[in-house]
This record gives sequence, C-alpha cells and structure tokens, in this order.
Amino acid sequence: MFKRLSIVVVEKDRERAAMIVDGLRSAGDHDVHVIADDIGLARRIAERNPDLVLIDAGNPSRDVLEELTLATAPMDRPVAMFVDQSDGNLTKAAIEAGVSAYIVGGLRPERIMPILDAAIARFHMVQKMRVELAETRRALEERKLIDRAKGILMRARGITEDEAYGLMRKAAMDQGRKVADVAQALITATDLLK
Amino acid sequence: MTDTVLRLGYVPLLDAAPLFVAEALGFAEEEGLQLRLIAAPSWARLRDMLALGQIEAAQMLAPVPVAMALGLGGIAARFDALSVLNMNGDVIGASNPLAERMRAAGYGFDFADAALAGHALLAAAGERLRIGVPFPFSMHAELVHYWFEGLGRPLPAGLEIHTVPPPRMAEALAAGDIDAFCVGEPHGSVAVEKGVGTLLLPGLAIWSFAPEKVLATRTGWAEAEPEIAGRLLRAVWRAGRWLGQAENRMMASELLAAPGRLALPELIERALTGRIVISGQGEERHVPGFVEFFAGAATFPWRSQAAWIGRRLAARYGLDPVASVSRAEAVFRSDLYRLHLRGAGANLPRMSGKPEGAMAAPGSVAAERGALILCRDQFFDAQIFDPEVLAR
Repeated sequence: MFKRLSIVVVEKDRERAAMIVDGLRSAGDHDVHVIADDIGLARRIAERNPDLVLIDAGNPSRDVLEELTLATAPMDRPVAMFVDQSDGNLTKAAIEAGVSAYIVGGLRPERIMPILDAAIARFHMVQKMRVELAETRRALEERKLIDRAKGILMRARGITEDEAYGLMRKAAMDQGRKVADVAQALITATDLLK
Repeated sequence: MTDTVLRLGYVPLLDAAPLFVAEALGFAEEEGLQLRLIAAPSWARLRDMLALGQIEAAQMLAPVPVAMALGLGGIAARFDALSVLNMNGDVIGASNPLAERMRAAGYGFDFADAALAGHALLAAAGERLRIGVPFPFSMHAELVHYWFEGLGRPLPAGLEIHTVPPPRMAEALAAGDIDAFCVGEPHGSVAVEKGVGTLLLPGLAIWSFAPEKVLATRTGWAEAEPEIAGRLLRAVWRAGRWLGQAENRMMASELLAAPGRLALPELIERALTGRIVISGQGEERHVPGFVEFFAGAATFPWRSQAAWIGRRLAARYGLDPVASVSRAEAVFRSDLYRLHLRGAGANLPRMSGKPEGAMAAPGSVAAERGALILCRDQFFDAQIFDPEVLAR
C-alpha cells in the first residue's frame, strides 16, 4: 500500500477550491489541504511539508512557490515544476487548463499521474466557468449599450425600436463592425454633441 | 517589408516602458513589426510562457537567464539576454514601525548612503528582519544580499529574504509578514501612499550601474530568426533612446498611464523624474538617474554584468565559481546586440566586458566610433569586480 499523499491547493475562491478538492479526492484517498490566503504562503506550505502543490498558473503568488524549487528553501527537498516533466501531452494539457504543479522530489510518476489528470480536469472546468462568466458579463454590457443607442436613434429620428436596431445592424454590416461597437460610437458621439 | 507579428510578454512595472513605447510610438511599426504585448501575472508565469513558446520574447529580471544557465530554478530551459532594458529603478523600504525606531535612533533618511541606512536598519531591527523581494532570481535579491554582506557586521539570526509578488508587497508589510522590502517602482511608492512603509534607499545607492531587466528570448531563437531579432532589438533600442530624453518624460508618463498598460499610472511620474516621496509625511528626495533607459550605454548587455550575477549566485548556491562565471557570460549576448544595432546608429564600446564598480564618476571608454561616456559605476562599499582577474 502507498502512503497517503499530502497535497496543497492554493486557491482563494472557495467554490473553485471545493471543486478542485472534490476532483482530487476522486483520484484517491489523499490528504488535500487548501490555502486561501496569500499572506505567509511560503511559511504555511513549509509547515505542511506537502508532496505536491497545485496552483492556478495565473496566480501572482506563484512566484512565492519558486522559492521551493531552491534546495536552500524552507522545504529542504528538491522540487520539480510540473511543466518541467517530460510528458509532452500532459504538459500541454496542464498549460491549457492553467494549472501549475510543484512536485516534491522522490515521487514516482505513476503516483502523480492520476492526481494530475484529475487536477487538470478540474482546473479545466473552473477555467471554462470563468470564461463563460466573463462572456455573460460582456453580453450583458453590450445589451445595455445597444438599448441606450436604440433609445437615442428612436428619439432623434422618430422611428420604432425595430427600425432603430435595423439601422445599427446595417451600419455594422456595411463597416464590418459589431453592432455593439456601432452603438458605442453613437453613444460617444451623442455625448460629445450634448 | 512584411508585417511580422511578434508576441512579447511583460509584467506591468515601470521598466516595461520601452516595450509600450516601441509599440505605441511606432518604433516597431517602422521595422515592419507588429508587437502583441501580453501581460503576465508573475515572473514564473512569464518565464514559462517564453520557455514553452507561447511568446517569442519577454521582459525578464536580469538574473533569471543567468540562473537558468547555472541550472537553478524549477525549469530546464535556456534564455539569452539580447539587450538590457534599463538600469536601476528599485527602492528599498521599511515598515513604518521599523522606520520610526530608526528615526528615534537619529537616522536622517538621506535616501543616498547605503552603509548608513544598512547600519541604522540592522540596529533598529534587532534579532528579526524579514525582507520581501519579487523573485528568488532578481536584481532586488542580489542588491539586498550584497548590501548586507558589505556592511561588515554580524547579521541578525532571524534575517530572512522571501519572495513576495510586487502587487502584494504593501499588503505583506501591513500584515507584518515582512519588515522591509526591495521592489521595483511603482510598488515602493504604493507602500508609502498606503501609509504602511517608508523608503530608505534607491537601488542605485547599492550599485549605481545595476542591470535591472533584460529583453530575453529562448536560446537559439535570435540565431534562427536573425531578421526578426534585429527588428525587435532596433525597435526597443529606439524606444529606450526616446525614453532617455528628459523632454519626453511627461509624455512618457501619460503614455504609460493609458488603459491596459500600467496598473498604477499616477505613481509612475515619481520614478521617471527621480522625485521620490519617501514617507507619509511627504518628504521628497531627488535622485537623478533613478531609472535609466539609454544614457551611458544603459542597454548594452555587458558580459561582466552577467559574470557578476553568476559569481554571486554561485557563491550563494554552492556552485563552482569559475564555471558559473563563464556560463553566465555566454547568456548576455553583446555579440548579437552589436550585430543588430551597429547599423541603427548605436555607438558601441570596444570591449564587451569591464571591471564592474570601477567608475566613481561618469567617464569615457573606447568605442567603435571615438569614445562613449558611461554612467557612474560604483558599489556602495567601493569594491571592484573584475572577471578577468577571477579567471586567472
């Protein structure tokens, strides 16, 4: 039997952390610990002395973990970074999912792979949700812009809402731009003319 | 000339300025180069992006390519430094409680004398002193280590130098996680503005000619793509020349303040003009040449600068000094800098190395065309580092 692995996940967002932990637990009976606070990160990790650290590749606190790759750092075991591993496909998958893993020396690849696979799948899900949320927000913003611009056109030219939208859509098509961009230009111009 | 798209990574700090200027003022366009500037949230991320081919070139901490050449750090890749991007631009600061103790002991905050500041800091700190730097391999870390070693006094048992990402530096200081820091502007000024820190020294008070950031590419890329590498070097060199002209500073701070460039535009002007507000009481100190993008061959990648970094890292990490110095020197590509910038009008020094720290005042060295005036190059403890002597 293998000993349980100690895994630290660095993630501020509670929901995201929970998702990642769930995924990791499904990959085996491991001791998974979440650190949410950036303050004292290196010290907290050193106290835990984990076998594996997982962190969002876009987290600014990643630089703190770089210290762990130095032999003189608090954790006195060699640490390799996941992108340094030789498995090209796995590395590529990790980059796309936006996960960075710091693996403490002496772990055999067959022990790490299932965990990394699970981590990559979860980070991928989290990433997708983030992108979807950003897109929803942007769509909402665009909706608001278009509504404002429609109002301007309706008042200025005495036309219906559908006609106003038709005008903007035609302008957008003629100029090879998005309707939201035309709306933004119209709003900017109107503000300037006020 | 065809328009070539080049992906160029950076961390949003003052010294990314030459990259923004190259793009915004058309220096890249003149070279038929379309720069796609990509911000990175951390140095590790930027390094990985470059190593894995997601970008072609990056602004990089000068010691990073050297450390990689020595096999230090968590990634097995090799980078070249094609050019230095700027000299200096860091500040050292202490938490307000610590600064108050220094003041009470009679320290005058001259923001100039590194020995004075160092002794005052150590005396006030007592047994514990934790210092934040942006990255294990950074000029910030090198300056702090050099400073403490050069003071010639026993160091506190609780002296720790830790990595803290620059945007978190003020926060870490406020939380009592660190007692002092060395960081690139504008993040030192942020600590002052937030009322948590007081600045003690500009980085140049420790070494007046410190290569801070470099323009890095994967080793071999510049040889495989000589045409594009030349265009990139020329565009960035012309941007540095523009930034180096005093009359452009106002426009430079406005340009850097545009949306999507630097996170803290209102504080950028202090570093560009060298008028640094050091404390919450508004005390201002004037530091000419606080950050240098052009004057004194600021962007020439001296092999001796790389040698100095390599020698320092070797000593700290227990590596062979002579081998480390020669590996380090190969990373600063003064040969490629010469090749691509000679035709652009850059006056180049005859030699690619010099004794570091051997110039107490600006002075001239032999150049390909006549002479070239270099900036003052001095360490605070007046030591001279000569790689030639080391090799013998």
